[in-house]
Amino acid sequence: MADPRLPAPPAEPLPTSAVATERIARASRVRTLLPSMSGKLLTGLVIVGVIVLFGLVAPAFVQDPRDSGNPALLPPGPDHLLGTTKLGYDVFAQLAWGTQGSLFVGLVAGVVSLLLAVVFGVLAGYFGGVLDEILTLLTNIMLVIPGLPLVMVIAAYVQHTEGLGPLARSSFLVALVLGITGWAGSAVVLRATARSLRTRDYVAASRVAGERPLRIIFVEILPNLVPLLAAQLIFGVIFAVLGEAGLSYLGLGPTGSITLGTMLNDAQTGQAVGSGAWWWFVPPGAVIALLGAGLSLINFAIDEIVNPKLRLAPQAARRQRKARRAGRGIADDGAFA
Amino acid sequence: MTTREPVGEPGLEARRLVRDYRIRSGLRTSTLHAVADVSFTIRPGRTIALVGESGSGKSTVARILSRLETTTSGGVLLDGVAAPMRGAALERYRSRVQLVFQDPFASLNPFHTILHHIERPLRIHNPRMSASEVRSRAHELLERVQLTPSSRYADRRPHELSGGQRQRVAIARALAPGATYIVADEPVSMLDVSIRLGVLNLLAELQRSEGLGVLYITHDLATARHFSDEILVMYRGEIVERGDADTVILNPQHAYTRTLLDAAADPDRLGRLREEVRRSQ
Ligand SMILES: Nc1ncnc2c1ncn2[C@@H]1O[C@H](COP(=O)(O)OP(=O)(O)O)[C@@H](O)[C@H]1O
Ligand SMILES: [Mg+2]
Repeated sequence: MADPRLPAPPAEPLPTSAVATERIARASRVRTLLPSMSGKLLTGLVIVGVIVLFGLVAPAFVQDPRDSGNPALLPPGPDHLLGTTKLGYDVFAQLAWGTQGSLFVGLVAGVVSLLLAVVFGVLAGYFGGVLDEILTLLTNIMLVIPGLPLVMVIAAYVQHTEGLGPLARSSFLVALVLGITGWAGSAVVLRATARSLRTRDYVAASRVAGERPLRIIFVEILPNLVPLLAAQLIFGVIFAVLGEAGLSYLGLGPTGSITLGTMLNDAQTGQAVGSGAWWWFVPPGAVIALLGAGLSLINFAIDEIVNPKLRLAPQAARRQRKARRAGRGIADDGAFA
Repeated sequence: MTTREPVGEPGLEARRLVRDYRIRSGLRTSTLHAVADVSFTIRPGRTIALVGESGSGKSTVARILSRLETTTSGGVLLDGVAAPMRGAALERYRSRVQLVFQDPFASLNPFHTILHHIERPLRIHNPRMSASEVRSRAHELLERVQLTPSSRYADRRPHELSGGQRQRVAIARALAPGATYIVADEPVSMLDVSIRLGVLNLLAELQRSEGLGVLYITHDLATARHFSDEILVMYRGEIVERGDADTVILNPQHAYTRTLLDAAADPDRLGRLREEVRRSQ
């Protein structure tokens, strides 16, 4: 028997709080992954939720967005809630379809760029070595090429490629182009995280258990990255919605479908500003801005959960301000020491 | 079964293990000899304690034995056959040699259930086993490490368990592939003092009933003496003293061993410590 009088050896420190986790609750798997509700998150979710609902439902209830039978350039009124365009299109109908189109482009591009970011970032970070060198080089090249010009070149090129048929100027193709050009930033973030997760004991433990590398990545590592992946997806969607608007504004967007970007482009070529038809360009601009703001708010909220330091920052700042007012130094305040 | 590789005497042998790390500090690089020429053989049914203070290279030895780390020179032999680093041969090696990590708060995946941690090695090393058989084997293993009734633990996730319970899960996971050699890297150092003995007793009981060969890594000479047949004292990557457990404790030859013993059991020191504790209250 070990001598009970021996003092505990003075080596590794004991975790104090963890041992106390005797409390046993049956939390479901999803529940613990959900970020806790904060003001930012709630605001973001409401904004994005309303816009998504609008894009999904409204197109079913509006008139044909390409019905030019209406009088041209009507200001907002009871018959046409948001007025009409120069060609007599109903702006509200256009807005409904445009929102749907932009959300479609954003989601497709976001998913594509997330998949590419996972391949380039997580594989590079996990495997290291030569594969890492090659993938990181490609990532860095994508990172330094300015985004929009590259998208413009590819979009212009693809649209004049023979043989693509009706696909050539579809919003799906525009989404693909945006996805293919927008993954590099996320890949850098995911690579860094994968590198640090790679050395975690539970990853080493699954190697010792005999798990294959790809299974370790997709079953052991990626589920723990869900909040980060969600943040990257949202980032990708924002990038794509704005990118699509930019492309369309320059006349390189999809022609077959209506998006918020094509609306802006129509407004510009129809000299909406010059003719004072604010109802033509303000609504699509406002939806883009709101969508970007809402998604960003959700992203900030996720960031705070992934990175608890950010949650402490406002508290620490407040404490500092209070202390300064009280005329005391707080050099040894523990928050960031 | 006719093309069996040559098999030597049963045992897990570390033969002249050397592991150097390059340390870069600014422009200069230096070499750290984390493990410098370490040899020993774990026999079935026997326990060897590897004792040394933090940083002496114990974990590096454990990681080399479990093939998480390469050697600079020297190698590992299982029953006289060189241990592989990859492929199907590595999988076979892993079905026989398993590692229990030091920190049970880090070695279980927070996302997965306890059952997942036990079922995966069972599946990997028994590809033909049916799903229901895997499940019932996993429950057996949980009962085996005294997580009873197993149904109370199977669907929980690691954060819902205490440190001692988690380390029991880690032990069950190590047993799952059918391992005959267990490397336990300071298995209780992260646990509350009051539950350490329970986990060590479980390891000792499993070792006896399954005839396991165990490498018990620790910084605590008292438990090393109690739970093992042989003690190796490691200091700065080298084995400075080795021998029968009682002999090493009762008749230490090397100055470092004596220091370790003093630090642990010096009655004067103990008295002083008690005095300090009393005064601080
Ligand atoms: N991956 C590594 N890179 C550089 N140095 C390392 C690495 N792993 C361990 N070491 C060093 O090797 C020495 C032995 O470490 P370790 O085997 O963890 O000791 P112990 O488990 O006995 O505390 C330490 O000085 C440690 O800093
Ligand atoms: Mg160690």
